[in-house]
Amino acid sequence: MRPDLALISDWIAPGSRILDLGCGDGALLAHLASTRQVRGYGLEIDDDNVASCVAAGINVIQADVDDGLAEFADGSFDYVVMTQALQALVRPDLVLAEMLRVGREVIVTFPNFGHWRVRLALLGGHMPHTPALPAEWYDTENIHLCTLADFEALCASANWQVLERALLDRQHRAGFSIRTAPNLFCEIALYKLQRPG
Amino acid sequence: MVPEVLSQPAEAGGSVGIVTPQTIVIDTPLLLACGRSLPRFELVIETYGTLNAARSNAVLICHALSGDHHAAGFHSTDDRKPGWWDSAIGPGKPIDTNKFFVVCLNNLGGCRGSTGPTTINPETGALWGPDFPIVTVRDWVASQALLADQLGIDAWAAVIGGSLGGMQVMQWTIDCPTRIRHALVIAAAPRISAQNIAFNEIARQAILSDPEFHGGRYIEAGAKPERGLKLARMLGHITYLSDTAMRARFGRILRDGDGQYNFNYDVEFEVESYLRHQGNSFVDRFDGNTYLLMTKALDYFDPAREYGDDLAAAFRQAQAKFLVVSFSVDWRFSPARSREIVNALIAAGRDVSYARIDSQLGHDDFLMPIPQYHAVLRNYLDRVALEVSL
Repeated sequence: MRPDLALISDWIAPGSRILDLGCGDGALLAHLASTRQVRGYGLEIDDDNVASCVAAGINVIQADVDDGLAEFADGSFDYVVMTQALQALVRPDLVLAEMLRVGREVIVTFPNFGHWRVRLALLGGHMPHTPALPAEWYDTENIHLCTLADFEALCASANWQVLERALLDRQHRAGFSIRTAPNLFCEIALYKLQRPG
Repeated sequence: MVPEVLSQPAEAGGSVGIVTPQTIVIDTPLLLACGRSLPRFELVIETYGTLNAARSNAVLICHALSGDHHAAGFHSTDDRKPGWWDSAIGPGKPIDTNKFFVVCLNNLGGCRGSTGPTTINPETGALWGPDFPIVTVRDWVASQALLADQLGIDAWAAVIGGSLGGMQVMQWTIDCPTRIRHALVIAAAPRISAQNIAFNEIARQAILSDPEFHGGRYIEAGAKPERGLKLARMLGHITYLSDTAMRARFGRILRDGDGQYNFNYDVEFEVESYLRHQGNSFVDRFDGNTYLLMTKALDYFDPAREYGDDLAAAFRQAQAKFLVVSFSVDWRFSPARSREIVNALIAAGRDVSYARIDSQLGHDDFLMPIPQYHAVLRNYLDRVALEVSL
């Protein structure tokens, strides 16, 4: 179990209804089903991942997150989760708004583009290659990268309430340096959000 | 010499070989949706694989509009073609007959031996013909439940069907929730659209208005509404293929090599030749009254109707787990129609997985051995097999 997924499961009440956007091979849902008795569905676009979810007995719906969540009713899930996919969306802000419409709470994780390795690479005049962002600029899936500061600015302007925040390095640890200068040292950010009111 | 088994592609699996249909007599009266009832009826079935001691590994295959009980294998060594879903059913295939006891039937009202318009009405001693009651998807499920009783099967490990077959699968989960563990709904819709009904109506009118129809008593008259049946099938075939698939397969290619137009109404374009061939071969194997019945069953199917048009409410009865599959270029029952099923299942809190298969042909893709399609079927059914063997 990846530590960030374990952390997410700590944020989820037992027995809840979950929608996992970009669920991959269903590892998080499988973990939540066995440890938290959640009932859930994953949304996944990739053929191989869909086949893997089916093999694992995970409820998977083959669909493109960028096509939106219009098919899901308001407040139909306790949590809508998206791990490491926000930065690959065409309009992450619109998807986040939709997640907050469909779910009572939203849990989202993304790589922090404010990390010092990224800044150092840009200072050197190049798009960064980091362990969290390994692809070349021209063939990366990550088209909408943001920093912690950017993400929190979006939340503030959209009036989304941040319920929880966990900032980790790439070994998924929360160390002293991150606490001191989060936007400089956090590599992977986890947020739990809620609509106002 | 290369052993037979090695000449098969590894992915394809083997054949169930030579199979023999059997007739099951059901003496339990069946009250039909139309208000009439059948005191007894017969269903022709084929089975593949072996029922386990716990009787927990039985899988029911529901056929589509013009299908029958012959889903896999061959009837004799000189059979040219295997059953209609041979690509998916057999040892090592996605519906693995090493693991499952597979049952496929010819539905009530069919023309391949089950009680229907081409069989004798015991009350009159004459052919049923047009007097055979109109049957619905719900009636089929009720008749299949009686068949299950007869075979000693309390609950199917899975009920599987494509198109009209997928509709029977949905109805199973609503009408007999404790008798179906897994529902595989392929290339189906929660009910057909006005456009679909319109196509069916044209098909029926083609048959009904054929001068050889004789009010449905054509067999007694020594006739057959061949032109009508042929037209109905030609129309159907257009809806089974996508525009792209037709273009890729036929384009505007002319049959004669000289590339000149003939300025007459003979077969000229390849696509005309294809449709006429499909129509002609259908006439040889199908019955007009049955085609009328089957299209009507398709029109009437609407499980949400009794639940205030709320499909989710209908599915709240269900206990089965679902796999829903659609094909990208199917315009007759498009992926959007499958999503309606999936969304209702999610709203009802049911377990459901949905795969949208990239495909080439159209509606007919549900019969094709598309690798991703078969991988999803196989992965799903492997889990079902594990579950029923526990």
